[in-house]
Amino acid sequence: MMENRIDLTVNIAGLSLKNPVIAASGTFGFGREYSAFFNLSRLGGIAVKGLTLKPRKGNPPPRIAETPAGILNSVGLQNPGVHAFIRDEIPFLRRYETAIIANASGNTVEEYEEMVSILSEADVDAVELNLSCPNVKEGCLVFGSSVSGITQVVSRVRKLCKKPLIVKLTPNVTDISEIACAAEAAGADAVSLINTLLGMAIDAKTRRPVLGNVTGGLSGPAVKPIALRMVYEVSKAVKIPVIGMGGITTGTDMAEFLLAGASAVMIGTAGFVNPYAWVEAVDGLERYMLESGVKSVSELIGGLMV
Amino acid sequence: MNLIHRVGSIKPLNEDTFLMTIESAEIAAAGLPGQFVNVRCGGPDAYLRRPFSLCRVHRDQGTFDIGVQIRGRGTQALSLMREGDPIDIMGPLGRGFSLKSEDKRIAVVGGGIGVFPLLQLLREHPAAEKLALLGFRIRDQVIMEKDFRDECHELCISTDDGSWGVAGFVTSLLEKKLAEKKIDRVFICGPVPMMKRAVETCKGKNIPCEVSLEERMGCGIGACLVCACKVKLDGCWDYAHVCKDGPVFSGESVIFE
Repeated sequence: MMENRIDLTVNIAGLSLKNPVIAASGTFGFGREYSAFFNLSRLGGIAVKGLTLKPRKGNPPPRIAETPAGILNSVGLQNPGVHAFIRDEIPFLRRYETAIIANASGNTVEEYEEMVSILSEADVDAVELNLSCPNVKEGCLVFGSSVSGITQVVSRVRKLCKKPLIVKLTPNVTDISEIACAAEAAGADAVSLINTLLGMAIDAKTRRPVLGNVTGGLSGPAVKPIALRMVYEVSKAVKIPVIGMGGITTGTDMAEFLLAGASAVMIGTAGFVNPYAWVEAVDGLERYMLESGVKSVSELIGGLMV
Repeated sequence: MNLIHRVGSIKPLNEDTFLMTIESAEIAAAGLPGQFVNVRCGGPDAYLRRPFSLCRVHRDQGTFDIGVQIRGRGTQALSLMREGDPIDIMGPLGRGFSLKSEDKRIAVVGGGIGVFPLLQLLREHPAAEKLALLGFRIRDQVIMEKDFRDECHELCISTDDGSWGVAGFVTSLLEKKLAEKKIDRVFICGPVPMMKRAVETCKGKNIPCEVSLEERMGCGIGACLVCACKVKLDGCWDYAHVCKDGPVFSGESVIFE
């Protein structure tokens, strides 16, 4: 069997993934909807919908606007709260052999601490600290867009976190490498990037913003060149693993992120268009590796020839 | 789920609206009135899928119809498709209208292109008496008149300017008809102000009603949470999602803004 010669496994911060494809937080719910389309065990991991201490209703609609080769969203962290996630969703997700990555947000440092303490005792494989949501007024982006903010949250959370700690970074900063280095210094086991780019859409006919929240986060193929550049820069700046994301649709897109230095990738928006995007990306990467004579994903990581 | 189906035919309904027949034994077999399909329209700039409700399902022929009004990039691209073209469609999706045998007399109230999902409802509903009230702005926009006439016992059409049928809003027609006859349930689809008014009318008469809502969608299956709509919940409110919890909701539960 040709396939057997291809090694898709990757290790990130002590987390072993069967392949480098992780469903991106906020695009995959808790997996239930997409389990009707494919076996979730085919994924390396699932970063679940962004969680907060208490349930959140999210922002007023419309929450989505189409843009050239992408979308703006302003969901605003609608979620049932971390306790409902642990009670109702983990047992479902554990039916599948895939890593569960809990994405956690907070309004204050204390909330981040509490979230991480709770998730440290839960049956999840890693915690992804959301310090980059552009659609909520408090917390998140406020912490994630400055060295001091990220240092404060990550160092305090690190002391309490018993799981691999991934810090998700915003691209809405002047120098993302500086923020990534601060996360590393404060104890992050890995960084994931990029979250969405802050943008907006206007309906000229009505003279009103398209999104109920006025601004939203841009994702999809439109952001891929920016994401690649940021993953490339951050990978050079930090020693911890980088999880790359931003506009990935195909296995070849994924290979590009790995070459730029990512150890794994997250895929999200592409799945809105094609519900099989995640598994097709896994197959596509395998094909790419076969065709290029690459036997293991580790050979690709950071393999960009400049 | 097989995503690739085939365009059967395209039939213009008026200047900017057409009926597309799609060959898909799977969707035709499973599709219920009020459910929708999420269609990849193609074209360079239509990135997301577009949701369309099932307008008519021909189970024996393995086809179904969707009604499309050309409004933007996606629907424009759809209008350029031709018979035999492959078309990428997810569906059937969402929750449709209730089909209760105890509802002996039903009325459907449609406004503009909101009439589309009501046709299949009339075709499949077991009620003994079916009334259809359809409202349009002007005569040129009156669509599907014969199709509706064939599927109901009484059809009334209104246009805002009186250029066809009764002059005025379809909600006034509803008020008049509910005063005249007993109706067990009303099914509504159209512009938000019209649905709001129709729901209020039904509430005033204590007649249960259902509405089919529209909202900008992402995934179409309940994962991305973008197509939020306000609904009453336990004395308070919450956001439901049109794609998964709907598109059909009980009229009483929706909070129109």
